[in-house]
Formats: sequence, C-alpha cells, structure tokens
Amino acid sequence: MTTCDILLAGVGGQGVLSMAALIGRAAIAEGLHAKQSEVHGMAQRGGAVQAHLRLSDGAIASDLIPSGGADLILSLEPVESLRYLAYLKPSGTLVTSSSPYVNIPDYPDLATLLERVRSLPHALVVDAERLATEAGDPLAVNTVMVGAAAHLLPVGLASLERAVEDTFARKGEFVLGLNRKAFRAGREAAATAGAAR
Amino acid sequence: MSRMILLGDEAVALGAVHAGLTAAYAYPGTPSTEILEYLLDHAERAGGPRAAWCANEKTAYEAALGTCFAGRRALVAMKHVGLNVAADPFVNSALVETHGGLVLAVADDPGMHSSQNEQDSRWLADFARVPCLEPATQQEAYDMTREAFDLSERFAVPVMLRLVTRLSHSRTTVEVGEPRPENAPRKAPRRNAWILLPANARRQWSALLDRQREMLEWSARARWNRLALNPERRDLGVITTGIARNYFFENLRDLGWQPSHLHLGAYPVPSDLVRRLVDHVERVLVLEDGYPYVERLLRGLLGPAKPVLGRMSGEVPRTGELSPDVARSALGLAPRPATVMPEGLALPNRPPQLCQGCPHGHMYHALQEALAGLEHSVVTSDIGCYTLGALPPYSAIESCVCMGASIGMARGAAEAGLRPVVAVIGDSTFLHSGIPSLLDAVAANADMTLLILDNQATAMTGGQAPLVPSSRLEAMVLATGVDPAHCHVLDAHPRKVKENAAVLRRELEHRGLSVVIGVRECKMTAKRKSRIAEAVAS
Repeated sequence: MTTCDILLAGVGGQGVLSMAALIGRAAIAEGLHAKQSEVHGMAQRGGAVQAHLRLSDGAIASDLIPSGGADLILSLEPVESLRYLAYLKPSGTLVTSSSPYVNIPDYPDLATLLERVRSLPHALVVDAERLATEAGDPLAVNTVMVGAAAHLLPVGLASLERAVEDTFARKGEFVLGLNRKAFRAGREAAATAGAAR
Repeated sequence: MSRMILLGDEAVALGAVHAGLTAAYAYPGTPSTEILEYLLDHAERAGGPRAAWCANEKTAYEAALGTCFAGRRALVAMKHVGLNVAADPFVNSALVETHGGLVLAVADDPGMHSSQNEQDSRWLADFARVPCLEPATQQEAYDMTREAFDLSERFAVPVMLRLVTRLSHSRTTVEVGEPRPENAPRKAPRRNAWILLPANARRQWSALLDRQREMLEWSARARWNRLALNPERRDLGVITTGIARNYFFENLRDLGWQPSHLHLGAYPVPSDLVRRLVDHVERVLVLEDGYPYVERLLRGLLGPAKPVLGRMSGEVPRTGELSPDVARSALGLAPRPATVMPEGLALPNRPPQLCQGCPHGHMYHALQEALAGLEHSVVTSDIGCYTLGALPPYSAIESCVCMGASIGMARGAAEAGLRPVVAVIGDSTFLHSGIPSLLDAVAANADMTLLILDNQATAMTGGQAPLVPSSRLEAMVLATGVDPAHCHVLDAHPRKVKENAAVLRRELEHRGLSVVIGVRECKMTAKRKSRIAEAVAS
C-alpha cells in the first residue's frame, strides 16, 4: 500500500488550506483516498496553523497523522516548519519557505533558524516569496511551495498541473498564468537544490 | 449514487437535505458552523430547504421545533456549549411527540481548540432520554443524519447527532444517495402531547420512559454498534466510540493482533453487547473522544466486574482530545521514532491574535487609556474575537466565561462594591444573550459601563452577518431604558483613540449605567466583501 502523510504548516491567513486543497485535488483525480483535517475558528487568527493531509491507495483510518508518521512537512514559514517536527518520520522530508512571518515579539534570529532547518537530515529551504513575486504575486507562495514539494508527492506532475489549472481557471487568465509560473518556479528550485547537493 | 468531497459538517448538512429537510436553524460556533454555511449555500443554489442563522441556540432550537410541530423535518446545529443555551427547549422537546423528524447536530470540541470547555454532549442526550448517533467517519455522518430523521419520527423524540472537532473539520470522499421528498405539512395531531401542563407532562414523561426499552432494543441491533470477538485471545477487549475507532485501527498493524472489539456509534449504550464483550475478556480498554461516558457507566458506583482501563484509571489522559498517539500509548505501544529537533533552538509560541488593524484593538487602546490610574477597575468580557484582548499587548480583560456573561457579571461586581466596572461584549454576543442582562442593569441602574464592540459580524466563526445592522443597535439599547445622555456611538478608528478614551473616561466617572458602542467593520469581512465586489465587477 502506498501512503503519503503530509503535515502542512503556516500562520493563520497564509494559505495553508489552499496548499492542502491543491494537492488533495490532484490526488483524488488520480483515484487516491484522501483525508484532510483542517483548523477553523480561534486558531486561525494569526496563530500557528496546521493541516493534516493523508493520501493512500487504500482506506485511511485516522483523520490525524500520528507522531513520527509524516512523510513530509510542507511549511509556508520557517519557525512553523519546526513546530511539528515530532510528526516527521526520521526518513521524512521538511520543505519550507525561507521568509519569516513576524507577528510575535520573540521571533528567533533568521540565519540561525534557517541553519537549524538545513541541518536536518532531509530539508529543503525555498526562497518562495522571491519566486512568487517574480511570478507576479507575492501571495502565490503556496503555489510555489506545492511546486517545490511536487517530487515528494505520490501524484504525477500532470495531475498537479491540472489541479493548478482547475483551481485558478475561474480567477481569470492573469491569476492562472502567474500560478502556473509560480508552480514551475517551485519545481525548478527543488530540482536545482537537488542537483547542487 | 454519486461521490462528493465533504467536511464532516458538510456531510451532515447534505445528509439532512437528502433526508427531506424542510428547514435548518443555527447559531455559529466552532466546530459546528460549516453545517449551516453549507445549507445557506445550498439554499442559494437550489432554492431550498430554508436555512437561517438565529439570535442564539435556544431560538434556533425553538424554530426547528416549530417546523417539527408542522409535521416537517428540521435540523438544528450548534456547538457543545451552545446546547447549554438550548437545553431548555431540548430537554422539554423530548416530552412532546415529534411527528416531523427533529435532529440536533451538536459539535463537541474535545481539547478546547476554540471553546471554553470540553463538555461531552452524550450526557445531555442521556439526560433528555433521547437516542444519540456518533459518527466515526464523514460517510457515517451522512448516513447517520439520514437515519436520525427516521428515528426521530419512529420514536417521536428529537435525535442527537454528536460530532467532534476532528470529524467536523476533516474532509474526504462521501458516497451520497437519492434524496427523499419533504414531508407535507401536517399539524401535530395530538394537542395534549404538545401542551406540557403538569397533567400532560406527567403522562408524556411516563410515555418517554416507557419508550426507553424500545430504544435499547434498537441500539442493540443498530448497524452502528459492532461486536467482534477474538476467540483466540481473551487478555484484552477494546470499546471504541465514534472517531476513537479510527485511532484504534490506526495502531492495529503495530499491535500485531486484533483484540476483541465493541464499537459504539448509537446510544443508549446497548448493555447486552457490552456484557458479551466483558464476559469474553479479562480487561477492557475504553477509548472515547470526550468525557469517560461509557467508561463511567461500565465502572458504576460499586465498581466494575473486570478491570476497566481508560481516562479514569490513567491509561488515557483525563483531559484533552483523543489522537492516534493517545490510543497508541493506551494500547501499550512505544512511541514511533520521529525526527529530532536540532539543539539550541527554543521555538517561540505563536498564539492567535487580533488581526493587524483590527478595530477591537483600537477600542482596547482607548479603554486602556481611559482606565489609566484607576487601580480598582474591573473589565469583564465575553466570547468572540475580542476575547483575544486578554493576551498581550492588550491584556485588557479580566473574564470570559460564557456567551453574554460580561454584562451580568459587571452588574454583580458593581453591586458588590467594585468601581469602575466595564463590560466588553461584541455585537453578535450582545444580540445572542446580552440583552436580558442589559435589562437587569437598566432596572437596577447598575454603576457600570457597557462597551459594545460592534464590528458588524460574527467574526471569529467566519464573519456571518449580524441579525441587526449597526444602525439599529443604538435604538435597541435606548429602548431598554438607557439614559440617552449616557449612551454614545463612537467610531473605532485608530486616529480617534484619544477622543474615544475621553468619552469612556467620562462615562467611567459617571455614577450609574452608561453604554458606549464602538463601531467599525471587521477588517476580514470588509476585505471579503471588496473581493466579492471586485469579482462581480470583473
């Protein structure tokens, strides 16, 4: 049985759920089972937010990922990427955007923080905000990050690209175009990092 | 049959539509909000069934009861603490004869993600003596909702559907069936069954108790309760309820064997099934997401026949939500290895906070300025986004207990001798249950200031529109008898903090009741509206 448990992290309002929705859409189109657990209500207000996305070709029991069970932590923010490390398998990968979201007074030193992230056995740090801005909208960070994690997902590239099309088509050609670019930029960033390693 | 991707809440909503729903009523509350959100959206697309937000859970329940009185099917949805507000109509409606199905969907919040307690609604179903269904999956949420309406009509009582956060807010694929038509309107045939005068109520209460045996016979055979005995091993039996089953199954592979298992999804607790499990095994582990409801029944006052493991004995933590990890440790399995945090890094907490530029923040700044130097001041508050004013940098409020409590508590604290006393409440919470307390305060001319933070939305639950627009709030307050000279409407603008603080300070010094309404639209709601407007324009 193929399973892939993904913990998505970020700060309320950053778009953690839209990342989950994009991947979930692609997975379901490929006939995989999917369960996606979300956080609503008080926690959404500028606080730490997580979503659990479980994909499998068989039945999925729990809506929540067990500790030590996640294959991937996909994060929109470096501090948040480390918050749920206890969920990550020792062989799992952490993929995070490098841009800090500073809405707390005791935010740690960024360079030290990123150095700690990179010291993990399997980590990928992506300058997603720059890539999203270059693609046309700094808010497309979540699309960049899905692109950056694409090679770790149990779904084909074509399905992910189709999910991007289906998600953004109704928002007009401009928004669709920049998200296409953002997704590709994320993929290329991951490929470049892989080649460099 | 078709397949759809639905949240647990949405599966309940669609199940109700397909069960021939005529109307649904609710007050927003995490994690139940998306039930009515879905039905509102559905009504807009399909032209029905009727769906509406109400002033509070009690009024919502009573509207649903009226639908049922008319012989038609009604759904009422709320969060667990909302059921405290609706407890009066809920418990009493168990005594009438529901010939139109009445289903109460109540979403509990074990772990208190977005609530002030983690009470378990199964106790209230038991208290009211009505059946309760507890889905483990989104599919069950859909199927059980459909069945709940049939049960309500069969037993002539309301039926509770008990959800928990992780089911309400998790989405997956659900197979949905053919819709059933709505009931035709038909007034309650037996008048005495609905007029709960003591003589009638006594008869109805006895009749309800008589029906308990039928309900028990039903739950013993219900497909939602399943007993699987393992003839090979007798050392452990496991009882799961609702989503606890998922967490149990999640750990079965690592456990390496299949303990005898009783799953409960339908209440009253089928005692025969429980007895058969207990007779078969040496000890029983109870896994339930919420209070130890089944566990406590099993222990009884005189102690259980066999060892019972669970929250009360410590194998499962006494508080908090169940999870795959909690179930794992209760089954005696060691934690799975996980990635280790790099050394030398303390991760800062990131608690929820008011959005940047939130008008509540501006009013809190004004309040703090007005209170400066007044050492013995008290600020009671309430349930909503503004409760986040409890946290730094504001640390502006001193209580948050239940919907509407700020006003009554302020009156009591003032009459107990504290001064100055301020009650801070949001517009939606004021309409929900603040008005009766304001009447009390007016009648007593309580020496307090009521600060209504009017952001024109029920913001914490997603920005539902208020029942009463801002423009009418002042008239409502004045209509309760508040002195117009001590009632002010202020603009909660950041540039008006000083000005607003001065008004507040004057009213704090006034001996008697005063009301200050700080008005400014929620930033989130405003942003969403402008996005919609843009989309329409393009």
